[in-house]
Amino acid sequence: MHELAQQIVSGLATGSIFASLALALVLIYRAMGIINFAQGEMAMFTTYIAWQLVQLGLPIWLAFGATLVIAFAGGVALERIVIRPVERANQLTIVIVTLGLFIAFNGLAGWFWGYIVKSFPTPFPTSPIQVGGIGFSAQDLGIIVVSLLTLGLITLFFQKTKLGLAMRAAALYPEQSRVMGIRVGWMLALGWGLAAVVGAVAGIMIAPVTFLDPNMMQSVIVYAFASAVLGGIESPVGAVVGGLVLGVVINLLGTYVEFIGNELRLAAALAIIVLVLMVKPSGLFGRTVVHRV
Amino acid sequence: MKRTSSGTLLRVALAVAVVAIVPWIVPSFLVFDLVFVAAYAIAILGLVILTGMNGQISLGHGAFMALGGYVVAVLAHGAGWPYWIGVPLAALACGAVGIVIGLVALRLEGVYLALATFSLAVATPSFLKHFKSVTGGFGGLSLNPVTAPPGVPLDAQHWLYYVSWGVAGVCFLLSALLVRGKFGRALRALRDNPIAAVSFGVNPYVYKTLAFAWSAVLAGIAGGFFAIATAYVSPDTFSFALSITLLIGAVLGGIMTFWGALAGGVVIEFLPLVAQQVNAAAPSVVYGVALILVMMFVPDGIVGGLLRLVRTASFPPSAASVAVEQPTRE
Repeated sequence: MHELAQQIVSGLATGSIFASLALALVLIYRAMGIINFAQGEMAMFTTYIAWQLVQLGLPIWLAFGATLVIAFAGGVALERIVIRPVERANQLTIVIVTLGLFIAFNGLAGWFWGYIVKSFPTPFPTSPIQVGGIGFSAQDLGIIVVSLLTLGLITLFFQKTKLGLAMRAAALYPEQSRVMGIRVGWMLALGWGLAAVVGAVAGIMIAPVTFLDPNMMQSVIVYAFASAVLGGIESPVGAVVGGLVLGVVINLLGTYVEFIGNELRLAAALAIIVLVLMVKPSGLFGRTVVHRV
Repeated sequence: MKRTSSGTLLRVALAVAVVAIVPWIVPSFLVFDLVFVAAYAIAILGLVILTGMNGQISLGHGAFMALGGYVVAVLAHGAGWPYWIGVPLAALACGAVGIVIGLVALRLEGVYLALATFSLAVATPSFLKHFKSVTGGFGGLSLNPVTAPPGVPLDAQHWLYYVSWGVAGVCFLLSALLVRGKFGRALRALRDNPIAAVSFGVNPYVYKTLAFAWSAVLAGIAGGFFAIATAYVSPDTFSFALSITLLIGAVLGGIMTFWGALAGGVVIEFLPLVAQQVNAAAPSVVYGVALILVMMFVPDGIVGGLLRLVRTASFPPSAASVAVEQPTRE
């Protein structure tokens, strides 16, 4: 029973990382109908920046904050420079451009910091925390708290601020928003900035667990895809719920089902993606889109 | 039935002549590289048909290459079957799996298919590692190197070169016969306007699934030659990077024409050398940036861009427009 509780909490911890990255994907998908295949690599790259800042002597939480600022600026710049020119191109073009970003970021990280795995300092205490007689890893609890806090702040921003409202309007009704004086292009760029920030949080939270290496996010992004698809790729709430559910399910499957073990966890995520897309493409929380002929 | 123009026949004859002569005029280490060019070209041809002509975005064709390579390797390693049986069986296996995945792909529109195949590509090595008893797990399987059959006056490299390019030639020919006429028109119609195509009686299930299966067959053959040429398969041979590399080749070469597949094969075999000259530490940065720039400025790739250049050179727009705008004076 104790072990099950620990496994569930540890699943929620990885799940909240999937949820963060899935939310980053959903933010961009809602605004532009683009799936950003480079989202995981952007998160990896910003995590390296955080590591570099720590190496330069910054305390971990300060490095964390500085990295989020850099991630935001980087995300905005990427949208302006790379995505904007192809925004109206066909789907294949956009997919390939984001894959180009994927390859470029992966290569840049390898170039700057090498392919040797680095350890990343954990910002949380290492001794377990006792809750009801069960020892939980402080790291897991910390990851859950920080991720959910980030997701909460993003929700508040979108629901309660004027800028958040403008961004939602620009995503849903670009033409009308333009007439109302909203600068739609910049709203989309802000969306990329926010997605980069959420991704950076995910990267920094998972790095102490998986260690830093340029390929650290390649399986995480698949789990994030699975989370976003499970929750409904247009639904931020769905992305978070999908991520948490997937984290727990994958962790329990990997631990208790011998056949799946460590290696077939990715295959399980793939199966979830395909099944959901075939049976209910709008996911758990999405609305069904009806095409007009 | 559309007739093949004499220009096309001439270009094909020229290509065949070049392929026949090249191994005798390049340094011998390049002959081995050119075997990989043939394998890449076959696999990219599948992407040209599936993604370029039919609009189904696959980021996971490395998985079919893995299947093809492992069928050849397992048959040769375990049962001692010769390669000339292994490769056709690999093609059959990939065709069968391709039909199944193609049926699934029918339900996944546009970018969702890209997402699912991306995940397939990432998960492939972990499948291969998991079923250790068949695949040899992490360490992979090693094979006997190819030798020319007795009586053929060629060394192993030249023999493999001619076999791989011969097979590539057959693949290109069969594909050309397949996509000319009705089948090709149906594929393009389903890409450009699926609703109109279906209203005109094009059956999307049949054509899209067939396109998927045929591109899987091609990838399987390519994977088989990969295994034979390296005489070794491992999960890392067919990593996620391979799937992406194929797409890079298709896009840089030109995803709309068969010549683009050929150019793409050359590009992905030799671009790493060029990229290393530009930036020795991180050739993949060069790839990534090149990919983005090509999509922004030459979305039809090397072959498409060249074709446009040739056309503008032979019919300069300035001369044409001058001729039209010239006012007639009496």
